[in-house]
Parts: sequence; C-alpha cells; structure tokens
Amino acid sequence: MNKNIKVSTKNLDFYYGSSQALYDVSLTFPSNRVTALIGPSGCGKSTFLRCFNRMNDLIPGSRMTGEILFDGQNINQPSVDVVTLRSRIGMVFQKPNPFPKTIFENVAYGLRVNGIRDRESIQERVEESLKWAALWEEVKDRLHTSALGLSGGQQQRLCIARALAVKPEILLMDEPASALDPIATQKIEELIHELKKDLTILIVTHNMQQAGRVSDFTAFFYMGKLVESNETQKIFTRPRLKQTEDYITGRFG
Amino acid sequence: MFLSRTSREKIIRRLFFVIAFVSIGTLFLIFLFLVLEGLPIFKEVSVAQFIGGHYWYPTSDPPDFGIFPLILASLAVTVLSAAISIPLGVMTAIYLAEIASRRFREIAKPVIELLASLPSVVIGFFGMVVVAPFLQETFNLGTGLNLFNAALMLAFMSVPTICSISEDAIYSVPKELKEASLALGATRLETIVKVVLPASISGISTAVILGLSRAIGETMVVLMVAGGAAMIPGSIFDPVRPLPASIAAEMAEAPFRGSHYHALFATGIVLFLFTFCFNLIADQIAHKYQQTGAATL
Ligand SMILES: Nc1ncnc2c1ncn2[C@@H]1O[C@H](COP(=O)(O)OP(=O)(O)OP(=O)(O)O)[C@@H](O)[C@H]1O
Ligand SMILES: [Mg+2]
Repeated sequence: MNKNIKVSTKNLDFYYGSSQALYDVSLTFPSNRVTALIGPSGCGKSTFLRCFNRMNDLIPGSRMTGEILFDGQNINQPSVDVVTLRSRIGMVFQKPNPFPKTIFENVAYGLRVNGIRDRESIQERVEESLKWAALWEEVKDRLHTSALGLSGGQQQRLCIARALAVKPEILLMDEPASALDPIATQKIEELIHELKKDLTILIVTHNMQQAGRVSDFTAFFYMGKLVESNETQKIFTRPRLKQTEDYITGRFG
Repeated sequence: MFLSRTSREKIIRRLFFVIAFVSIGTLFLIFLFLVLEGLPIFKEVSVAQFIGGHYWYPTSDPPDFGIFPLILASLAVTVLSAAISIPLGVMTAIYLAEIASRRFREIAKPVIELLASLPSVVIGFFGMVVVAPFLQETFNLGTGLNLFNAALMLAFMSVPTICSISEDAIYSVPKELKEASLALGATRLETIVKVVLPASISGISTAVILGLSRAIGETMVVLMVAGGAAMIPGSIFDPVRPLPASIAAEMAEAPFRGSHYHALFATGIVLFLFTFCFNLIADQIAHKYQQTGAATL
C-alpha cells in the first residue's frame, strides 16, 4: 500500500435500485491533496462522494459493489462501523444546512456526539474550528444566537467549522460554494488551501476556474464513468481525451 | 338583481355580520345560562365549601355539595391519561417516521388515523367489557372500573391524534438536517433525539394539544369506565367520578331548579374553567413554539 494514498476506490459500481449510477470507478486520492471531481450534471459526482462516508446507505434500495480502501481498510463492508467512519470523514453539503441551534451548539454538536463532555475542551475546540474556518471574527460576539441568522456564506463556513471540529482526516465537499457570492467563494477557496495541510480533500465543483485554482488533481466523470484523471495542471493544459478537453473548455455536448 | 356593486357588497357584509353575530351571541347566551343557573347554589354553600368540600351527597338530607373529589378525579384522570398518551403517541410517531420501513408506515399510518375516529362510546364500551374485567382479575381489585381504566381509555382517544400529527411533523424534518447530523458521526438515535425532535417540536406540541383536547372534558368514556364513586381516590385503581360524569349521570334526576340542579350547573362552571385554562395554556405553548419554530426552521 502506498503511504501517500489516503483513500482509493477499486472497481466501484453503484446502483439506485435497478439503475446504475457509477460504473467501475477506480481512483486514488493522495494525502494532503485536493482532488476536484468535475463533470456534467447527473454524471454521478455526488453519488461518488457520498460513497466515502457511506451516506448512500440511507437511500433505500441502493447498492454498492467494489472496494473503497481508507488507510488500507476496505470500508465498503457490512462490518464497518459507519458511525466511527463518519467521524473520520467529514462532509460539507452543497446547500448550507446548519442545525436550528445556536452557532456555538452547531460546532459543539459533533464533539458532543463523539463523546467529548468537558466544557472547557468543547469551548476551545469550537473557537479553534471557527478560527480555522475563518468565521471566528465575524461571530465571536454572537456565538449564542441562532445559526440561521447568519448569511449564506457564513452558514457554509459554519458548516465547514462544524465538520472540522471533529478533526476528520478527509473532507468531502459537494459544491460547497455553489450558493455563494464571489467574495464568500474566495474565502472558502483560501480556506481549502489552508486545510490541505491537515487533511485530504475531495471537492465536487461545476466551476472550472475553481477546480483549476484549488485542486491538485482533477477527475472528470461522464455518465457514471470516470473518463480521465490526472494532475489538475495537466488536465487543464493537455487533456488526453477530446471529451475532457471539450468539457473543460465549455464546448461540451 | 340589478343592484349596484357597492350595494351588493353592503348587503353581503350585513349578512356575514348577522351570521357571525348569531353564532357568537348564541355561545355567549349558553355561557350566560350556565352562570345564571349555577350561581344560586352559592346561596346555600359558600364557594370555598363547594370547591373544597370533601363530600358529594346531593340527594341526602341535608345534602352535601362538595365537589373537591370530582375536581381531583378530573385532574387525576387527565394527568394520568396525558402521562400515558404523550410518550406513547410521540414514540409511535418516531418509530413510524424514522425507523419503520416505508411499507409498514404506509399501512400503519391510515390505520392509526382511522382509530382517531372511533366514537367515544365504543371506546367506553371496550373499557367496560374488556379492560375492566382484565384489570379486576390481574390486580385483584374490587372493580375494574376505575381511575386507571378511565385514563387508559382517554389515552386511547388521544394517541391517534398525537401520533398522526407528530408523525407528520417528524417526517417533514428536512433530510439535509439528518444527513448533517449523521455525517458528523452521530448515531441514528442521537440524530433523532438531538436534531429531529427539536426541529419538529412545534408540530409535536400542536399534536399533543389537539390530542389532549379530545380527552379533556370528555364525558362518555369517564361516565362508563371511571367507576362513579365520588370519593377522593387513594390509588390509581380506585373508582372516581370526574366532573362531566357527575353532570351527565345526575342531571336527568335532579329536580328542576332545585339545589342539586343548581349545584350541577355550578359543577359545569368549574368544568368550563378547567377546560378554559387548558386551552389558554395550550394556546400559549403553541404560540411559543410557533414563534421559535418560525425563527429556527
Ligand atoms: N436518491 C436517488 N435515487 C435514484 N436515483 C438517483 C438518486 N440520486 C441521484 N440519482 C441519479 O443518479 C445519477 C447521478 O446523480 P448525482 O446526484 O450523483 O449527479 P451529480 O453529478 O452530483 O449531478 P449534479 O452536478 O447535478 O449535482 C443521476 O442520474 C440521478 O438521477
Ligand atoms: Mg451533485
């Protein structure tokens, strides 16, 4: 096993009932790198992302075959403890989804469910996570007000802080900036740069410039199949396949 | 036919005013009647004696008009039935919305809703012929018609409403919130307790209020299964005589405009205050959760 590979998939197939959404996807994700997943709408990016924290388990009738190796262990097995797995693999959703609780409680939530009870360490971790997500300055005086009073961009950074608080090793981001204005988007992109010092990031994006700016590797999906993956720079300058080039340059379809 | 639009408007407005006035006026007259027929009893006993008196012997000579045992019976039956129906209804709702398979939910939900339309006399009958003998035998009681039986039957009346409306509230909690919780490494139970329930609390409290309001002031069931003894209950297995049961059972025999008759109307006033307070509190709770609900969801 390669030490620099944090997680990889091997011959991953995914089905929603009888319709197949992913075909034989084999892909590796190096540690402390950002990998962008790109492709047209409905090609299976979200489905793929949700395989890593077994979020698709919640969808009745869904089925996944193949391997997902996380630090060498296959997590696509019934015996895997998904609760522990999910505390090691954080997720940020496309639409900000803060809990209808206070800002503080939103970040503390993951700590509490993961067994941290001590009030002081919770307080410390909340502050640390909010600083990490570049939100602390904006909310430090209103920690105990409802998180729903924040702007969309702040809510999304709160969701990032919430995910970071449990110290995941991998962060899955499904179009985290799609609902945000350019300034909030830029903040989140800067944040991603910071975060990769500590964790491995998988990010779905529809924005080619964003993929180019934040990612080290890029994987292009089309109709449930992995078409091409490579270092982002290479994919954007010299894609091997015409299909990839067409998509990236916007001449797709 | 050829009225101008403004005069037609005027007529319609008048019509609505008259209709509204008649229905509100009638309700007010009923209330007035209740007060006027009830008050004369206080020429014979003081308010304190009436409410605090431990003996209700309206037909003995001299009669005793103390409704304290009846008030206590009503309170005890209501509180006990709420203590049964709220956890039962809410937990069933959680099961149906969050745990049960979709197919089971689709079958169970309409069945439960159907139970909400059971007439109270049927529930009373069930309590009389099935639950009472069962209680009597299992607990070796003098009678199975008692406080516990009445509370249980009233709970049966509330549970379907509580369950069905709570289920709607729980089911409509956005999937995104549950996923956010699970993605942080929370278990399903933690997600239910810490995210789903708080997010649906306004709907659940409405469900509880509507469910309990079906049981509160309910007459037929308590008349049939509470046992009818106007004593202060010593245990939950003692027979009791709640306020509405007393009124319904005795009104036909009370001599018109006699003191017993007035005493029953005064009992009606107390019952009215009882349900009025419940509605007031219920309104407050609903209002409170509605506000925070709107602000937080
Ligand atoms: N819960 C579901 N049940 C059935 N089919 C689904 C479900 N979710 C997604 N699909 C299907 O699976 C395919 C892949 O969907 P997915 O959401 O992964 O695409 P995506 O690449 O994330 O698209 P987008 O860029 O629009 O978010 C689509 O054809 C979609 O219709
Ligand atoms: Mg998607």
